Amino acid sequence: MRKMVPRGQEKAVLAIVTSGRSDPEARMAAGSRVEAGSRLAVEVSHLCKAYGPVAAVDDVSFSVTEGEIFGILGPNGAGKTTTVECAVGLRSPDSGTIRLMGIDPQADKAQIHQITGVQLQSGAFPAKLRVGEIIEEYRSFYRHPADVGELTEALGLADKRKSYFRSLSGGQQQRLSVVLALIGSPKIAVLDEMTTGLDPQARRDAWELIEHVRERGTTVLLVTHFMEEAERLCDRVALIDSGHIIALDTPAGLAARATGPRTVRFVPSTPFDASLLTRLPEVTAIKHDGHHTIVTGTGELATAVIVALHAAGVAARDVRIEASTLEDAFVRLTGRHLHETEEGEPS
Amino acid sequence: MTTLTATRQRAPVAGFGKMVLNEARLTWRQPAGMIAGSGIALLLLVIFGEIPVFQQTSARLGGYSAFEIYIPILMCFAIAIIAFTYLPGPLVAYRELGVLRRLSTTPAPAYWVLAAQMVVQTCLMVITLALLVTVSIVFLGVSAPRNPGALTLAIALCIAALFAIGLAIAALARTSGAARGLMAAALYPMLFFSGLYYPVQLMPAAIQDISNYSPLGAAVPAIGDSWVGQFPPAQPLIVMAAYALAFGYLATRFFRWE
Repeated sequence: MRKMVPRGQEKAVLAIVTSGRSDPEARMAAGSRVEAGSRLAVEVSHLCKAYGPVAAVDDVSFSVTEGEIFGILGPNGAGKTTTVECAVGLRSPDSGTIRLMGIDPQADKAQIHQITGVQLQSGAFPAKLRVGEIIEEYRSFYRHPADVGELTEALGLADKRKSYFRSLSGGQQQRLSVVLALIGSPKIAVLDEMTTGLDPQARRDAWELIEHVRERGTTVLLVTHFMEEAERLCDRVALIDSGHIIALDTPAGLAARATGPRTVRFVPSTPFDASLLTRLPEVTAIKHDGHHTIVTGTGELATAVIVALHAAGVAARDVRIEASTLEDAFVRLTGRHLHETEEGEPS
Repeated sequence: MTTLTATRQRAPVAGFGKMVLNEARLTWRQPAGMIAGSGIALLLLVIFGEIPVFQQTSARLGGYSAFEIYIPILMCFAIAIIAFTYLPGPLVAYRELGVLRRLSTTPAPAYWVLAAQMVVQTCLMVITLALLVTVSIVFLGVSAPRNPGALTLAIALCIAALFAIGLAIAALARTSGAARGLMAAALYPMLFFSGLYYPVQLMPAAIQDISNYSPLGAAVPAIGDSWVGQFPPAQPLIVMAAYALAFGYLATRFFRWE
């Protein structure tokens, strides 16, 4: 497993220290270990969980640093939900150890429930409760709740607080569920398919909110099967398939690691000798397509090509770099597309 | 340190208050049970109170009038309808909707949902019973209960028995539909044995025996005896307590949160 300092780390540490002044709980938490910045918020090691004879999660290990947004990505049925449900103590693992801020969720559920906020995939409410009434009830369960106005505003539910639950659209129900996961100002927020069913604008709003929540020091465990979401939000991503972690890296690292040759396409200002590029270690092939030259290779291909051309007095115009994505990484690592099992059993 | 932390991490008690408030709102916004329980009991009380033949005392009814016989029956009817309308159905629906599962991720203890339901329904029952008693005394010329302590005990045992049966149904039913079916299957025989449809005193001896061992069949004479000043015999009180314990055990043994 690769350890790295997530981006946004400094901000997160700062947020904990600042909030510590007004919040004795946070102060205690932040002060209990000197190097708060490198504290592990989530430690999962050798987690196994089977339903009957079927292993849903098989020897999964990862750790998440405080303030990190950690993505768990994989097709439906891969074991993502089981992993997070074990992590927050909703299910007891068959074997393996789990620590959240150093606490065993099976041993001290009361404390785990105060420091975690969980948004599960499904879940409704009685039709005739109003949104505001539901939020107020859940808010009252926590010692240090968040501001209702701010959260409902950020999730576009501010004008729905007086509406009955039954009048909410699917997307609004989903956003209410995110509000409830964050209403206790959790140290660790677990969001399971948070943006499924949201329209693109609502999805972007939700992403902004998650970044905002992280800036205030919350660690986020994000279960998703949206590549775009993982690329946009996550500091690191664990790719899970059939109960195993098959890769764990930054989104960019995963994309780079798992993809094949990348391509640079450009229009040269003057004709040039192909050997100028083929002798570069990064270049594996070169071909022409009308005015365009297409170079395939590996590593920092684009930089190498443009520098070599520049040195020979050739300018590259209309440069297009075809970079690989997390989606490519997934296909390469598992041999199938992430969305093939879209309608499958969520697990 | 550990105990200190545990105390600090538990959900604030105010949270239970909020939960009770929301359960009360739901009961108020879904008034079918209130209308069926409180409303019909009160309506029948007034109608029976106005029927002249119901006022005549009868030796076959142990020296009481039909109207006096009906007061405890209507009280039990109200308790049963409220307990069965608002307890099993909503709890099973909460399980189906995922409310119980979501609650299990919060610091609120899961049993709060059951407790909140029972607090709200007990309040509704107490208000209904107080109305029935007040209307009987003030408008229908019935004398006030002579043994309020025994009356309270009999009513409390009756409520406990019916809550336990309601919770056991919520525990055993997998779906809201199944809960409604079990509820009806339990409710109508219970009402029959309470004497709602025909006075138990006029039924064959074998049916009277069965009635004595049914929850409402035990509750009605216990409430009636307390009203006229006697402390009820041990048997009906023990029958109600036994129902409360047995079904309470079933409920705790089989209740599933998911």
